[in-house]
Amino acid sequence: MNEIAVITNKVNPSLHIWGWEVPVYLFLGGLTAGILIIVSLMFLGKKEKEYSFASYKMALYAPIIMTIGMGALFLDLKHKLFVWRFYTTFNLASPMSWGSWVLLIIYPFSVLLIFATIRKGYPKYNEWIEQLLSKINFVLKIYKWLLEFSERNVRTIAAITMPFAILLGIYTGVLLSAFSARPFWNSPLMGPIFLVSGLSTAAAMVILLAKDHKEKEFFTKIDLGLIFTEITFLVLFIIGLTTSSIQYQKAADLILGGKLTPVFWVFVFGFALIIPAFLEILELKGKKIPSAYAALLVLIGGLILRFIIVDAGQTSGWLPY
Amino acid sequence: MKKYGMVIDTIKCVGCSACVVACKTENEVPEGLHRDWVVEEVSGKFPNLFMEIRTERCNHCSDAPCVSACPTGASHQKEGSNIVKVTPNKCTGCKACVASCPYNARFIMPEGYASKCTFCDHRIDEGKGPACASVCPTEAITFGDLNNPLSKVSRLLRARKHKALIPEAGTNPNIFYLT
Repeated sequence: MNEIAVITNKVNPSLHIWGWEVPVYLFLGGLTAGILIIVSLMFLGKKEKEYSFASYKMALYAPIIMTIGMGALFLDLKHKLFVWRFYTTFNLASPMSWGSWVLLIIYPFSVLLIFATIRKGYPKYNEWIEQLLSKINFVLKIYKWLLEFSERNVRTIAAITMPFAILLGIYTGVLLSAFSARPFWNSPLMGPIFLVSGLSTAAAMVILLAKDHKEKEFFTKIDLGLIFTEITFLVLFIIGLTTSSIQYQKAADLILGGKLTPVFWVFVFGFALIIPAFLEILELKGKKIPSAYAALLVLIGGLILRFIIVDAGQTSGWLPY
Repeated sequence: MKKYGMVIDTIKCVGCSACVVACKTENEVPEGLHRDWVVEEVSGKFPNLFMEIRTERCNHCSDAPCVSACPTGASHQKEGSNIVKVTPNKCTGCKACVASCPYNARFIMPEGYASKCTFCDHRIDEGKGPACASVCPTEAITFGDLNNPLSKVSRLLRARKHKALIPEAGTNPNIFYLT
């Protein structure tokens, strides 16, 4: 027997530092990364004529979703007035520092992608903006110049956005995996899992919102591949934990019999991966199932996955107190 | 460079919590928050039970994960030593340092910035030891420079059987427990 009998005056008997804000931010950050990767790939692969939603309409969502995500992250900060301190230094060893700079770099490029696509994607919005700006001729000129510049250089913008979007997707996982004090997070697979999950949720968004049947079908195929990749990574992640040292095994117990087991296997593995994969296979075989079902499950599942991972990581530790 | 550390005699420690009270008073730690605490660990099988009492705090690790996790440089090691400190007006309250500490030694102050044991560095500057060490009625806590082979901490570590808490976490902790 080895038992901690008494702990006096301990602040964190069980760590609970991150509530809903961080998983929501990680989900929206991953979704933004996925959107930007898909939009960039459309232009780099010259597929914009075939897949019009992914090419021309999707870019608009990226900075909006990213802003909401960053808003959630801001809400989580406990010393809010000093938020600007993120941008007075760069700590190479801190994933959070990397993340804050990547977000800053990626933001203008995601806006440029909107300029590059708004005339074809949202002609009515564009007309409305031009009408609004027509009162100030100088601003209208800048706006039109930006539209032309972005349209002309869309492939260059996509080529620059792409690596930063991949970095953003991976960083949302590395942010957690870098904490060696939390065995559940401390897996090199966390980055790839978050990247693939982010891509999968973005593909689900195309399936959900695109009108063209061919585009829906193409992204259903892509999503299916991503779901199977995610399942593979998650299985490898669990194998990694269970075959590692005792702290890691105890962390794995949280989803292998512990308090997060039902929610992990039912909601993440069942409702967010296996069932949508099954629905998508049936859909591709020609069965008439509304594609929104699978897409919604993938999106909700992506959010639940992050809630579970953030919670499990905080529960796991090296000391039992 | 100074490598400050503590050697805590678990045989002398009676778990009176005077160190905890002294720390709270000296550093004006708000209610409900603590920079140090006392743990009683029981091991063995009845009737052969063994109880260890130890006072714990930030280990002022040589490879402090809280310093590398901090995105703004608020968490840092005091110049010329291993003492880990937080600059409140650089801290965003992101809690990365809290998550990164395997000893769970950090907390967030009501004002929003991260805080923890500083080895009472303001007292060290005045030539005194940390409040917890100076108040201990059984002199279980010894503070000093681990880089100095003549210091009391170095001599105790040479003479007595000792351990560090979870050294396998890889942070090079600087608090040792005589067993």
